[in-house]
Amino acid sequence: MSPEEIKMPQLGESVTEGTVVKWLVEEGEKVEKYQPLAEIMTDKVTAEIPSTSEGMVKKILVPEDETVPVGTVLCLLERIDERKKTISPQEPAAGEERNGKTKKARYSPAVLKLSREYGIDLNEVKGTGAGGRITRKDVLNFIVEKRKPAGTEGKRSDSGFIPDKAEKEGKKVRPFAAAQNREDTVIPVTGIRKAIAENMVRSYAEIPHAWMMVEADVTELVAFRNSVKEEFIAKEGFNLTYFPFFIKAVAQALKEFPQLNSTWYGNEIIQKKEINISVAVASEDALYVPVIKRADEKTIKGIAKELADFAIKAKDGAFSVEEMQGGTFTVNNTGTFGSVLSRGIINYPQAAILQVEKITKRPVVINGMIAIRDIVHLCLSIDHRILDGLISGRFLQRVKEILENMRADKTNLY
Amino acid sequence: MAVISYIEAVKMAIREEMERDPRVFVLGEDVGRKGGVFKATEGLYETFGEDRVIDAPLAESAIAGVAIGAALYGMRPVAEMQFADFIFPAVNQILSEAARIRYRSNNDWTCPVVIRAPYGGGVHGALYHSQSVEAVFANQPGLKIVMPSTPYDVKGLLKAAIRDEDPVLFFEHKKAYRLIKGEVPDDDYILPIGKADVKREGEDVTVITYGLCVHLALEAAKRVEKDGISVHLLDLRTVYPLDKKAVVDAAAKTGKVLLVTEDNKEGSVMSEVAAVIAEHGLFELDAPIWRLAGPDVPAMPFAPPMEKYFMMSADKIEKAIRDLAEF
Repeated sequence: MSPEEIKMPQLGESVTEGTVVKWLVEEGEKVEKYQPLAEIMTDKVTAEIPSTSEGMVKKILVPEDETVPVGTVLCLLERIDERKKTISPQEPAAGEERNGKTKKARYSPAVLKLSREYGIDLNEVKGTGAGGRITRKDVLNFIVEKRKPAGTEGKRSDSGFIPDKAEKEGKKVRPFAAAQNREDTVIPVTGIRKAIAENMVRSYAEIPHAWMMVEADVTELVAFRNSVKEEFIAKEGFNLTYFPFFIKAVAQALKEFPQLNSTWYGNEIIQKKEINISVAVASEDALYVPVIKRADEKTIKGIAKELADFAIKAKDGAFSVEEMQGGTFTVNNTGTFGSVLSRGIINYPQAAILQVEKITKRPVVINGMIAIRDIVHLCLSIDHRILDGLISGRFLQRVKEILENMRADKTNLY
Repeated sequence: MAVISYIEAVKMAIREEMERDPRVFVLGEDVGRKGGVFKATEGLYETFGEDRVIDAPLAESAIAGVAIGAALYGMRPVAEMQFADFIFPAVNQILSEAARIRYRSNNDWTCPVVIRAPYGGGVHGALYHSQSVEAVFANQPGLKIVMPSTPYDVKGLLKAAIRDEDPVLFFEHKKAYRLIKGEVPDDDYILPIGKADVKREGEDVTVITYGLCVHLALEAAKRVEKDGISVHLLDLRTVYPLDKKAVVDAAAKTGKVLLVTEDNKEGSVMSEVAAVIAEHGLFELDAPIWRLAGPDVPAMPFAPPMEKYFMMSADKIEKAIRDLAEF
């Protein structure tokens, strides 16, 4: 029998390579199924690779600290022949036992749904159906049983079929009744939606978010952009929105505050040299986060061009993996939805996300006088492990300053 | 409230509607002087005369055709097919004309006709006097098919059918005519077409059926109750179009579904019910959907043991309920 190949797994959608941090086993060592073989690290996560079967480590092919593409064989495993163990003629009982097991392990859709809704380990439920099958009723009884306070057990009816009164009443109040409403639409979570959900949960669970906001007076910027927008579209063939100005300002400020352009890596904080700005582009049902690479080196027109391309691609979901990778900081244009205040969830594993809100005309006090000015809120969520209020505040002040100085006589589009 | 038989409820509904609305008239073979072979129209000829109670020739196509034509001109005909088995010569009239006219005329015309027909076996009628024909019509948009189980439902639904603006096939189980009795109010009430009815609340097994089988299922439910199996029973009442929400709700109630029909199994109304549950209720199911139906041979044998073998019975339903409860 040929040895089993243990490969570098794909940890996360966009991960293409990983590094073997540490081997946890040696060549010739016997391992159990699921036993961790090695610690690996990708640019998203550090994880352990479990053994796929019981056996012996035959050969380690990738040394520690080496980075290899996903799918590369890391080590070879000599399997202990399981078939010999289970279907040898000397042990006829093994086959029967397996049959018994599969019967019990085959659950009806209703049972699976209930067990998931209530987080029930079906191994704990005793089946009363044909061949020991766990029925929906068994699960319902189990739920009622688990919820009953200790000491009331004696009151329960012994009959397997007639539910006692408490149980019936219990059923009426459980949330399951609401979930059963036939009018509701059930949408399976797949693809992009699933990826978004996983990223959000991971970011929100791992990163201690802190939040702050400044107001910027962009009256001059608004006047500047309005004065050139007609000419711009005529010349370039795409719209000049405010967003590229904001990205430019952020990229410039990041250059001065590299602390915000970083990643938490367990014992280390890695400050990224490249300033790659992720931007959220929403379509009807999905959210894409393509990246403007080296935004600090690009002109406002260059950034505007990339944004225009992204908008087209979002419609068909036609982004390449390449375009979605390598972001170091996210700028989110929440203002397009009319939002004036929002709290972003950091685009894992970045250190911060900046939300650009809607520009609104507001009365403000300047030199003791009231004036109507174009005001925008800049909301910043930060990874509080990496950043503190002081540095983040200075960064925001700097972005504000750059924006307030964007005007016809100082700012170049090209 | 008076306790009357199934066929008396038919008679009462027609009579009340004829008294209420002069446009209502009946036609069919032997419906006049004889009062119908099952006596469903007994006494109407004497009360309303030969203009409104018309004895038709032995030509079902003509009976349906005349009724459809009259309906298009604003009358409210109640046509009778002496046996549902005889409806086939009229199928073209019913499908191509009655069921289509509203769609074909873009709502300019409607066809408020009711075609009544006794169906079903268990009366030693053999072939041609025992068949269930609902599946033939149960995929024809434009038609409604009502198959009530109780005298109360008969009266309320037949009145609703006569007042309905569209064609309704009203199938009455001939064995139920004198076997099934129940309380029926004297007043004028109607029941909604297209709504199923829960005839019994239960926790362990859901039975969905219609017509005479409702009573067989009730009897079976009573028997298994002694052993702690509680049956949830849904009476479809209208088999086309189906009350899908009620079907899925009933299936979700217990997760174990038994579908019962006297009709041949393959392609029966219950096959569609099973599909509705599979499509919309999969994650509520705790067991495969079971259909209990007649064998796939022509209905119905004449020899009594053979007829008994073919016919649905409380025994058959009871056994299936027990098996399903145990699953």
